[in-house]
Amino acid sequence: MAFSIEVNSAKFTVEADGDMPLLWVLRDLLDLKGSKYGCGIGACGACTVHLDGQPVRSCLIPISSVGAAKVTTIEGIGATPLGTRVQNAWLDVDVVQCGYCQAGQIMSATALLTKTPRPTDQDIDRAMAGNVCRCCTYSRIRAAIKKAAGLSTADARAP
Amino acid sequence: MTALAGRTRAEPTRNADRLGTSRRMFLKASLAAGGGLILHAVLPGFARAAAAGSSAQGTEVLNAFISIAPDGVVTIAAKNPEIGQGVKTMLPMLIAEELDVDWKDVRTQQADFDPGKYGEQVAGGSTATPHNWDPLRRVGAAGRQMLVAAAARIWGVAADECSAASGVVYHSASGRQVGYGALVNTAATLPAPDLAAVRLKDPKDFKIIGQPLPGVDNRLVVTGKPLFGIDVTVPGMLYAVFQKCPVFGGKVASANVDAIKSLSGVRHAFVVAGGDSPQGLVSGVAIVADNWWAANAARDKLQVTWNEGTTNAQSSTGFVSTAQRLSKQIPAQSLRRDGDANAAFARAAHVVEAAYSYPFLPHLDLEPQNCTALVRDGKVEIWAPTQNPRPGAKLVASTLGVAESDVTIHMTRVGGGFGRRLLNDYMVEAAWIAKTVGAPVKLLWSRQDDVQHDFYRPAGFHFFKGGLDEDGKLIALSDHFVTFGTGDRVAASAGMDAGEFPAQLVDNLDYGMSLIPLGVPTGPLRAPGDNALAFVFQSFLDELAHAAGKDPLEFHRALLGTSRVLRSSTPDGNPQRDYDTARMRGVIDLVAEKSGWADRHSLPKGSGKGMAFHFCHLGYFAEVLQATVSPAGDVKVDKIWVAGDVGSQIINPSNAENQVQGAALDGIGGALGQAVTIKGGRVVEGNFDAVRPLRINQAPPVEVHFRITDHSPTGLGEPALPPVIPALCNAIFAATGKRVRRLPIDTAELKWS
Repeated sequence: MAFSIEVNSAKFTVEADGDMPLLWVLRDLLDLKGSKYGCGIGACGACTVHLDGQPVRSCLIPISSVGAAKVTTIEGIGATPLGTRVQNAWLDVDVVQCGYCQAGQIMSATALLTKTPRPTDQDIDRAMAGNVCRCCTYSRIRAAIKKAAGLSTADARAP
Repeated sequence: MTALAGRTRAEPTRNADRLGTSRRMFLKASLAAGGGLILHAVLPGFARAAAAGSSAQGTEVLNAFISIAPDGVVTIAAKNPEIGQGVKTMLPMLIAEELDVDWKDVRTQQADFDPGKYGEQVAGGSTATPHNWDPLRRVGAAGRQMLVAAAARIWGVAADECSAASGVVYHSASGRQVGYGALVNTAATLPAPDLAAVRLKDPKDFKIIGQPLPGVDNRLVVTGKPLFGIDVTVPGMLYAVFQKCPVFGGKVASANVDAIKSLSGVRHAFVVAGGDSPQGLVSGVAIVADNWWAANAARDKLQVTWNEGTTNAQSSTGFVSTAQRLSKQIPAQSLRRDGDANAAFARAAHVVEAAYSYPFLPHLDLEPQNCTALVRDGKVEIWAPTQNPRPGAKLVASTLGVAESDVTIHMTRVGGGFGRRLLNDYMVEAAWIAKTVGAPVKLLWSRQDDVQHDFYRPAGFHFFKGGLDEDGKLIALSDHFVTFGTGDRVAASAGMDAGEFPAQLVDNLDYGMSLIPLGVPTGPLRAPGDNALAFVFQSFLDELAHAAGKDPLEFHRALLGTSRVLRSSTPDGNPQRDYDTARMRGVIDLVAEKSGWADRHSLPKGSGKGMAFHFCHLGYFAEVLQATVSPAGDVKVDKIWVAGDVGSQIINPSNAENQVQGAALDGIGGALGQAVTIKGGRVVEGNFDAVRPLRINQAPPVEVHFRITDHSPTGLGEPALPPVIPALCNAIFAATGKRVRRLPIDTAELKWS
């Protein structure tokens, strides 16, 4: 059946089974390949997008449940000043190794900073623990979030 | 945090010579269509392709392409697969440095698989640095020499009166200057210099090498551009899943493919007979649909009757009991026998015995295995995230019955390699399915496919005995290594080198091995062999140090003894295993200093520091880890200190630190949360809820220090990983008095009060 959704401020109508997860609508029907498949059970965060600003695992969201919610993906996050700031912090800190998880990391980080502009290490742990980085770039993810928040990038947790 | 310690010296070439760099290198220059210079360097192969899983020998050629446009922009082909190790940035840095261009004027372009042009194109064994450090700098230097010669000819002056910097040639006597872009047409007509004879820079003059440069594709990554294999789109493409037998080696007896074909969105469903090698095309059911979700969802209705084969009798618990039984027998094979270990145990003041074991491990590449293929008119076109395209091309050609030259492979960015993508099973599956349906097909494995059809880091069992004399000196060591294999053939990545540390440092030493038959596919996982052997040997040496009543640091220093190189004793005399005791002592001392090792006893109860060290992939690493164990047994890693010696130059300090931090955290992730359990010949775990990757809240700070020594630079993808696991286990012992002898760490066994 047909669904109308709004993605990155553009409106689309897609023909899909209502059970089809938003991730696959984005990737295979709308050709937005930035959101990644990693586990299909919401355990890795590679598919993280925003629904009305809230971070969600798009592999678990059936297209039928999206309704009028505004979808923001990695392709659209740079349209906000905060999104751009987070992407630039990722570049400044040279976070990336393989890069596969980083779209999801940036989406989770942007959602964190929207709610908590000056996060503590514990805030970062809580908001980011759902996003796996198999290359383990966690030190730099932490530093990039602090940089985007205008905080010192030093790791305050050191013994 | 990265810090450099020690000194830099000009032009060390020792390792390059030992690695077999021949002097036969030459360069061809030609004019590009539309103007511009193309340098085509034909470089010699290397005596040893150290890449895990690679059997390439001797005759390879290594090439590099540089093109310089009239506007001065330099484009350098990145020939190796980019799996997150940073070669797409690092290899071009080597060329750009000696070419004397500004990094801002350099563009890098991922090369396709083309062995005729590029020779070795593999991401494995931390080989890119040692194999390319010398040759690719020579390519750049030769280019600079030609451009300088071109300017000299135009000006009618001697070339040695000219100099080059930042893409400009200068004649200081006359004050003239000209950009490279204006010289390319003249340069293309000049004879190319002898690569072996070109002059390389003094490292103190490096402007690009040694700078912390960000990855060249970072902006594309953070803006979500399609870069990875999973992102490939080919017009008219269909999407596939491939259901294999959960039991390794099992085959399809029958399947309800007609019912599957009738499902919404499904275009094709068929049985693939497959062959017997897990590295090739195996038996299974292919489902091809309009989108991947439809193909994967159709699996819920798939009913297959399998002929499971004989592996269904194998299990992890069975392996444990077999290993126990074998441990009581004499090892089936002797790997090494120095002196008389039994006689030495009989006269030793203390004898320590311990049994260690570790599980099968998956790779968990975050990008699940995938490949896109198109077969048309007898030609095969592949888009693949592979670490190792050459065997993939051979496999596809032989399975589909086409010539290898008719297989084109486009190498995409790879969402994690870790050794899994040295194998190309997913590639041949995609090619076969595409050929069968007569349309381009993107095959994507589900996470469960990926966890349950891996080439696992083999499990293993070590039964150790160590003997100390009155002074606490290690006088005897034996290891009965129970591993996997058939007959006397060891399973992939399941072996042990006869020279494994501390061989040659203990007078009476006995390494023996027994094999358990295995139907589970095994293969290289980041620092193969080393990632397990460092755990068992470095943990047992820590036990011996404590039994001897010594500070582990002092025990290790005494064991390493005087400064010398322990030559490899393997039959092929692999120089990759030559062990320089002074370099190892250097990093041990450095990490002890940086970590405050001497003050470790001031930590409160429940907290402790552990130390371990290991040499592999030509890199020397010593690591100290501080852990805190709660009375309930929960382990928190507080901090990791790493000291590494990879030679005279850290090429890209930003990526070097990132690799080392990642490797150290990868090691603790595996030790804390990962194992694959075999039951009924199949893998029990299926996703990240059961086999747990490390997460940010578990990731401590990792402080990285490099000790700069007079040796040719070597790679960083792997060697920082192995020592972190025993450092963690030794820290847990220091914190709790409980010795971890089995991975993954079982926190229930660490409770204290």
